[in-house]
Amino acid sequence: MAGITSYGAYIPRYRMNRKVIFDQFGWFNAANASVARGEKAVANYDEDTITMTVAAATDCLNGKDNQEVDGLYLASVSLPFAERQNAVIVSDALDCSSNIRTADFGGSLRSGTTALLSAFDAAESGRDIMVCASDSRMGKPGSSQEYTFGDGAAALLVGSDKVVAEFKGSFSVSHDFIDYRRLTEEKFGHDWEARWIRDEGYGKILPEAAFGLVKKYGLDIKDFAKIIIACPVAAALKELVKILGAKPEQIQDNMVSNVGDTGAALSLMMFVAALEEAKAGDKIMVLSYGNGSDALYFEVTDELEKVKEGKKGIKGYLSEKEDLSVYGKYLVFRNIVPLEVGIRGEEIPPTAMTVLWQQGRAVSALVGSRCKVCGTPQYPRQRVCVNPDCGAVDQMDDYRFSDKAGTVNSYTGDNLAFCWDPPQVYGSVDFEGGGRIFLDFTDCDLNSLKVGMPVSMSFRRKYADPQRGHYGYFWKAVPVK
Amino acid sequence: MAKGIKNEVAVIGMGCTKFGELWDKTSSDLIVDAYKEAMEDAGIEKKDIDAAWFGSCVDDVNVGKGGFPLTKALKLPFIPVTRVENFCASGTEAFRGACYAVASGACDIALALGVEKLKDTGYGGLPDFGTLMGTESRITSTNMTAPGGFAMMATKYFDKYGLSPEEGKRVLAHVSSKSHHNGTLSPKAHLRREVSVEQIMKAPMIAWPLGLFDCCGVSDGSAAAIVCRADMAKNFRKDPIYVKALQIAITSAEEESYKSWDGTHVETTTHGAIRAYEEAGITNPREEISMMEVHDCFSITEFVTYEDLQISPRGKAREDVEAGFFDLDGKVPCQTDGGLKCFGHPIAASGLRMIYEEYKQLQGKAGERQVENPRIGLTHNLGGFPHMSVVSVTILGNQL
Repeated sequence: MAGITSYGAYIPRYRMNRKVIFDQFGWFNAANASVARGEKAVANYDEDTITMTVAAATDCLNGKDNQEVDGLYLASVSLPFAERQNAVIVSDALDCSSNIRTADFGGSLRSGTTALLSAFDAAESGRDIMVCASDSRMGKPGSSQEYTFGDGAAALLVGSDKVVAEFKGSFSVSHDFIDYRRLTEEKFGHDWEARWIRDEGYGKILPEAAFGLVKKYGLDIKDFAKIIIACPVAAALKELVKILGAKPEQIQDNMVSNVGDTGAALSLMMFVAALEEAKAGDKIMVLSYGNGSDALYFEVTDELEKVKEGKKGIKGYLSEKEDLSVYGKYLVFRNIVPLEVGIRGEEIPPTAMTVLWQQGRAVSALVGSRCKVCGTPQYPRQRVCVNPDCGAVDQMDDYRFSDKAGTVNSYTGDNLAFCWDPPQVYGSVDFEGGGRIFLDFTDCDLNSLKVGMPVSMSFRRKYADPQRGHYGYFWKAVPVK
Repeated sequence: MAKGIKNEVAVIGMGCTKFGELWDKTSSDLIVDAYKEAMEDAGIEKKDIDAAWFGSCVDDVNVGKGGFPLTKALKLPFIPVTRVENFCASGTEAFRGACYAVASGACDIALALGVEKLKDTGYGGLPDFGTLMGTESRITSTNMTAPGGFAMMATKYFDKYGLSPEEGKRVLAHVSSKSHHNGTLSPKAHLRREVSVEQIMKAPMIAWPLGLFDCCGVSDGSAAAIVCRADMAKNFRKDPIYVKALQIAITSAEEESYKSWDGTHVETTTHGAIRAYEEAGITNPREEISMMEVHDCFSITEFVTYEDLQISPRGKAREDVEAGFFDLDGKVPCQTDGGLKCFGHPIAASGLRMIYEEYKQLQGKAGERQVENPRIGLTHNLGGFPHMSVVSVTILGNQL
């Protein structure tokens, strides 16, 4: 039977203490003191839902063969592209086969579990699907959403072989319940009164799905070791525990205190966190929320322990954090206010889509070449071998660097280059197994760098060309913690 | 190796504008100014010029492509004009074109002129490399500027030779401080004031570990040379300067993508210098070179160039710097006019500006900064980055 065969997650390195927001906007709405607690994860200036997804999916693959992936579904309500499929950017970055099914899911915070349910349908016909959910929603300055929203991503591999959590069934409800809405062209959404959402939304729609599920499969709420309720509102969650008749220890932490409401990714990130602690035989219920609810029922197998090794997951990424204490940086990194970038920052030459297409995997998956004669890996892809003692012509195999470890050969922090978070740090990286590439560095402080330090590759947004509707993605080096 | 062009070509006239933020001058003005001085110096007329080589690098903020900017400014009478561009070596590349034309016998007299106006970009530093290096580079290259590209060489040099950032920066500060002193004696320089080692150490960081005074200025300027066959040079003047060697070396891409390069020197300078010394018949550069103008776009560049040109042994440049070996009164004075450090670096003009300084020194006309009895001068021009560079090495002498 189909189920989850692997899992992964990603939480961006920056965490902002919500007091930082309250210091800026508490004067306007003192009632927000109730949500001005804990910290929220904030994507770096070069991250978005696509790059966070690549990181989560990489954590999920964790050495599994990317050629075994038959499809990639990406759920989010904050994808960068309205036209140009976002999912295929992820599958290309993972260097999956091009003969796979890719799709974007969106429109509702429920889209994460909807994508997952679609993947179980596909699993019926023998397809292994990577299901990803990622969000980076922006709350308008001064709003309660500004406090609660956080950035993150989850990835689940769905298949039928070596299942770690068997998919036992589901129950879905759909309602055009308009608690929060946003037009396609809007950056910020609009909500209705929180008390109504608590009572009529979380308080009724989630129980409808949960009780529908237990009834359908002849279960009891008590049967579940963990119940994932994608409800970011503490008061509503407390009520729900009572309504469902659950014990507090059955309820999975909603991650709002340390990550935030990660939208379509929330239910799947909470599911990943639950799997990290689960043991064979545990029954897990996942309840997503958004214009209805999907209730999913899983049972953990003894395969789970075998996939845990080497994953960062929620636990790992929660521990790797850097305080973001400057509110202005948050506003700029998340493109909430315009910044005077200067003439150098304004100079964005057009990107030739022809060149991007010719470059293909060289850009998307950092694929260079390796000489069949002398064995030298080299980037960019060459026809004439760069080894001066070889020089063989047209004797190259493709060679991927994005999954290789490297060490810092040299580096600098450049204050002249335009960068959203100066200085622009970059350097040359020597790769394990050979090859050298000059790369931008990210998620690092200049002062912490040393020649010889290990780095790994991270897929990031390299530049933005908003006037021509383009984001350029490429790989950057991140020091290994 | 081919025998080269040693003693085949002579420089009989040169011109160089004042370098600086020339807000009131156009590129055409600068071309005319450099040309006028060179023509008066050579004592020839426009009709004597058989061909011209025109260097300009950043054409989008300068004069545009092709040879037209030169011919239109000077009203050259339908002679062959070639525009050359080879990054920061563009000026020397123009000089090389003119010299080779004369050496080949195709021309008797040729003009080389380089011009650049960098102060029309609206911001400090060189124009963004994303626009200079093509679409592919925008997609995959690092967000690198010139100071950052060279700063990585300082990082690596300090690491390899065990210098703390403080120690390393102090040695490099000596390099810049020395040039600033020479700049005070150089009327055409852009920056003409003394800057102490302490000021340099404390300056704002541009690209770690390089601070403001580790970087050369950015300016506008033009320089020109008139060359002829060596055997006819004395018809024009009693003190022509002879070309002893002219070499260009350009990256093979192995520095960028192969592990053999250690990142503490510039491979193209190493190769260019070896070939230039061979062409000029120089066997002991430390003893034979009287003075030199090297490409000090950054202090670290000048510093490693001492080693690449075999003036200092590998890893030993620090000792020479600290001993004052390259100071104006040292054994091999370097940047006698203040270098790029004080002139700034209007890209395609710099190579010819360096040759101008050697020309004046070898003629004994360098004023307050005159080196005693020079015989051989060397210029070195470096374009691109340490890991992807083009280098020219020119050797000039005042005797056949």
